[in-house]
Amino acid sequence: MSPALPLLLAALLAGIGTYGVLARRHAVLMLIGVELLLAAAGLVLVTVGQLGPDELASGAVLTLFIITIAAAEIVVALAVVMAMYRTRGDVDLTGEASSADLTGEATNIVLPEAADATPSRSVHAGPGSGEGDAR
Amino acid sequence: MTSRDVLFAAVGLITAAAAVLAVTNRKVLHAGLWLVVALGGLAGCYLVLGAELVALVQLLVYVGAVVVLILFALMLTRGGADEVDTAPGHRWLAGAVGAGVTVLLGGTLVAAYGWESREVAGPSSRSIGEQIFGTWVWPFELLSLLLLAALVAAVAVATTGWGRRAER
Repeated sequence: MSPALPLLLAALLAGIGTYGVLARRHAVLMLIGVELLLAAAGLVLVTVGQLGPDELASGAVLTLFIITIAAAEIVVALAVVMAMYRTRGDVDLTGEASSADLTGEATNIVLPEAADATPSRSVHAGPGSGEGDAR
Repeated sequence: MTSRDVLFAAVGLITAAAAVLAVTNRKVLHAGLWLVVALGGLAGCYLVLGAELVALVQLLVYVGAVVVLILFALMLTRGGADEVDTAPGHRWLAGAVGAGVTVLLGGTLVAAYGWESREVAGPSSRSIGEQIFGTWVWPFELLSLLLLAALVAAVAVATTGWGRRAER
């Protein structure tokens, strides 16, 4: 088969992924764009591996590696997004930077459970910050 | 045009359309579900190209695990952003950059590999396995370390601040 079709699809996926990364404000939706970029990379590798001489099976093996790395990346990225949601109350990427101090207490907490926790938490702010300094 | 080309064009069209919907849909959960279709279509593309093992791993890891994670994250952060897209001017600029990337990459890749038809002769699953545990064994082992580090880091990041709350 002609290698042009898969390669054009890969280029299209890369373009769509770039658009997704640039045009989304929701952090998790931006990650969807990153996933599409990685998918485009995998498609190029598989195409070249299947349509050319490939004694080391590098196309298939490197695609498997990319899939694994993408899984690791998405896990860490989603953990960061969840931490961002807990401390800031939103996952808006264009929002103003909120100054959360080193003890992990955000200045503009919107979450109701976090708002409830604020009074009793301030009691523990002393030992908490001391622990942070010790590190 | 061989039948493989026609089949690839059909699956590729589905993949591209689903990818477009995944990055433009304004409902966050729908965007995640369109990503399932796009990545599943990509697994179909791998199948048409003759790479069964990669297609199955793609289905298992992406559609089975990664997309489920994304859907859970979307549901947990519902209402996380008032507006999921940027302003229209910004979106037009992003579309121009995306189109530029497509034209540049597509032109370069097609110029490098040409249009003439080639034989589909990929390595068999058996030789892929032999190569993974032969030529690529050290990168493969390094990858397991990376996965472990990612797991520990994800737990550490996601539970930041929870220990203090549990103390009281």
